[in-house]
Amino acid sequence: MNKTIRLSALALASAAALWTTAANAGEVEVLHWWTSGGEAKAAAALKATMQAKGHTWKDFAVAGGGGDSAMTVLKSRVVSGNAPAAAQIKGPSLQEWAAEGVLANMDVLAKAEKWDELLPKAIADGLKYKGNYIAAPVNVHRVNWVWANPEAMKKAGAKMPTTWDEFFVAAEALKKAGIIPVAHGGQNWQDFTTFESVALGVGGADFYKKALVQLDPDTLKSPTMLKALETFKKVKSYTDKNAPGRDWNLATAMVIKGEAGMQLMGDWAKGEFVAAGKVPGKDFVCAPAPGTAKSFTYNVDSFALFKLKDPANQKAQQDLASAILSPEFQETFNLNKGSIPVRLGMKLDKFDDCAKASAADFVASSKAGSLVPSIAHGMAVPSATEGAIKDVVSQFWNDDRMTAAAAMDKIALAAKTK
Amino acid sequence: MTSPRISWLPKLVVAPSFVLGFLFIYGLIAWNGWLSVSASRLLPNYNFVGLAQYTALFDSERFHVALTNMAIFGLLFIGGAMAIGLLLAVLLDQKIRAEGVLRTIYLYPMAISFIVTGTAWKWMLNPGLGLEHLMQQWGFESFSFDWLINPDKAIYCVAIAGIWQSAGFVMALFLAGLRGIDDAIIKAAQVDGASLPRIYWRIVIPSLRPVFFSTLMVVSHLAIKSFDLVMALTAGGPGFATDLPATFMYAMAFSRGQIGLGAASATVMLATVAAIVVPYLYSELRTKR
Repeated sequence: MNKTIRLSALALASAAALWTTAANAGEVEVLHWWTSGGEAKAAAALKATMQAKGHTWKDFAVAGGGGDSAMTVLKSRVVSGNAPAAAQIKGPSLQEWAAEGVLANMDVLAKAEKWDELLPKAIADGLKYKGNYIAAPVNVHRVNWVWANPEAMKKAGAKMPTTWDEFFVAAEALKKAGIIPVAHGGQNWQDFTTFESVALGVGGADFYKKALVQLDPDTLKSPTMLKALETFKKVKSYTDKNAPGRDWNLATAMVIKGEAGMQLMGDWAKGEFVAAGKVPGKDFVCAPAPGTAKSFTYNVDSFALFKLKDPANQKAQQDLASAILSPEFQETFNLNKGSIPVRLGMKLDKFDDCAKASAADFVASSKAGSLVPSIAHGMAVPSATEGAIKDVVSQFWNDDRMTAAAAMDKIALAAKTK
Repeated sequence: MTSPRISWLPKLVVAPSFVLGFLFIYGLIAWNGWLSVSASRLLPNYNFVGLAQYTALFDSERFHVALTNMAIFGLLFIGGAMAIGLLLAVLLDQKIRAEGVLRTIYLYPMAISFIVTGTAWKWMLNPGLGLEHLMQQWGFESFSFDWLINPDKAIYCVAIAGIWQSAGFVMALFLAGLRGIDDAIIKAAQVDGASLPRIYWRIVIPSLRPVFFSTLMVVSHLAIKSFDLVMALTAGGPGFATDLPATFMYAMAFSRGQIGLGAASATVMLATVAAIVVPYLYSELRTKR
């Protein structure tokens, strides 16, 4: 009987100990689709930070580039009342989710850690719903880049363009030298990415904001928009015939191999160059897209934080948000992913030249008011409107019978989609 | 002999599947119908909005393209698969030597998933990598077959890939049907002096009516549920030129947070299918009796 008492006492004591530690350590379930090499390493950095704080990390990775499958799974989880602690959501979708009443208010933590000072206003506003923080940003991607192969450019005697007129001069030179001037992948988001850089370059940051962020009907049906559409269609004549359906990284590969001269793509293209062992400045050149040197089109990945019931999990969620904005995580994550930290005032010694240039432009454009959200990457308008405009732009790119004026009318109509 | 006491046993055994089927098929169809008249966007929202979603749907140019594509693709796919399948079956029925081998070869494409078919045909029909490139390398410099990148012709490429996949399956069904025809009728017709094509056209094919019916059901369902083939082959095509109602519904409901619009398009798909299938089903089953 003594033994039984001792055994049961031991069992009770260990259970109590477990229970108290369990009460302090929460669990964070994080939904994301960072499953490729560099991205997975970046996600692992966050997991390590959380585990160091004593919390359990429940990974909820759903593969699928654009996050379609992840979003579908998230919807079913939220509808059934069992939302994860955090999910990879960005742009106006954050406000749509917040309107459903399922996101947690992070203001207490945000005030304690001074998030308003660490983030540019344009980006901080995108993370708020009715003035309260509902998400934590992870990185900043710049979309308005043009990547070039300097050897191919030299062979054709073309110089890096700073305006769209210069771009077509360079493209002609490349075409004469037998090199494909512009590497393009014919998928609707790539068509749209090219279009937004053209619109920004042709019209400037104010035009872009009025037309593609505020969707002002008068600006959408203006001569500037017509010019942007015509310039956009002209770019197509410098792409090759096999572009339809091509993935973006295969287009980058064309530039790496010297088959093509330039590519208009965001800074995730840098990852391809680096993975191929190329050195920025020497083997490849990064420059702002023609006409957009003073502007910065941003694509900020963020984690939306859902309302949780368990207090231990809520504490873990706060730690997660705090860890996301910490300098250590910002550095590790962005070095692995190829983007730049969203936290202002960080030391960028370990980042390459393209990233440093990007960071400098980020701060400068924020001060000048030319820091604009990317419409093609879901940062500017809700997904329904973005999808409708994207359909028209892609149709205009592919259908040679559609005139710029007709496209302009259709875009204005699509902008009304709710 | 079943005694009256356990006559309820078969009903009991079938009941669970029946109930589940009823709930999950018809119940969910009803839920979808309810969503299509609701204000659902990102998540289901049960506020009634009347026919607003249907208005938005028929205002959408992309949906009109999708419906047109379904008509073109459906007719070509069903017609092509049935015609080629029947032809192959009739040819294989001629008591040829390597019948077993040929039959297996023709049936193999059915074993591949539509994704693999789509990807393989995408490579073959790509102007720079596939058929056009090959023919130009062989010396036919002016050969061009760029249907895949042409917004007007891309849907025919989808039909080609689909027919290739399903023709063998249709052939197998028709072959089984042909084997069931009584030899005596054929011999009698031959004694009367009818030629072989005439025998097939006037006697054999009409007696294959039940097989036609079941094959048509299977092939039409393959045509309507075509989502994976389109996604793998063209991902909706240059722009949205090869969009089908299934891909439209997926894009709207899941990628663009417009669940109400997606549900409306699903209901329209169901209505289209029902409008064609139900009368055919009715006429066929009625004459059977």
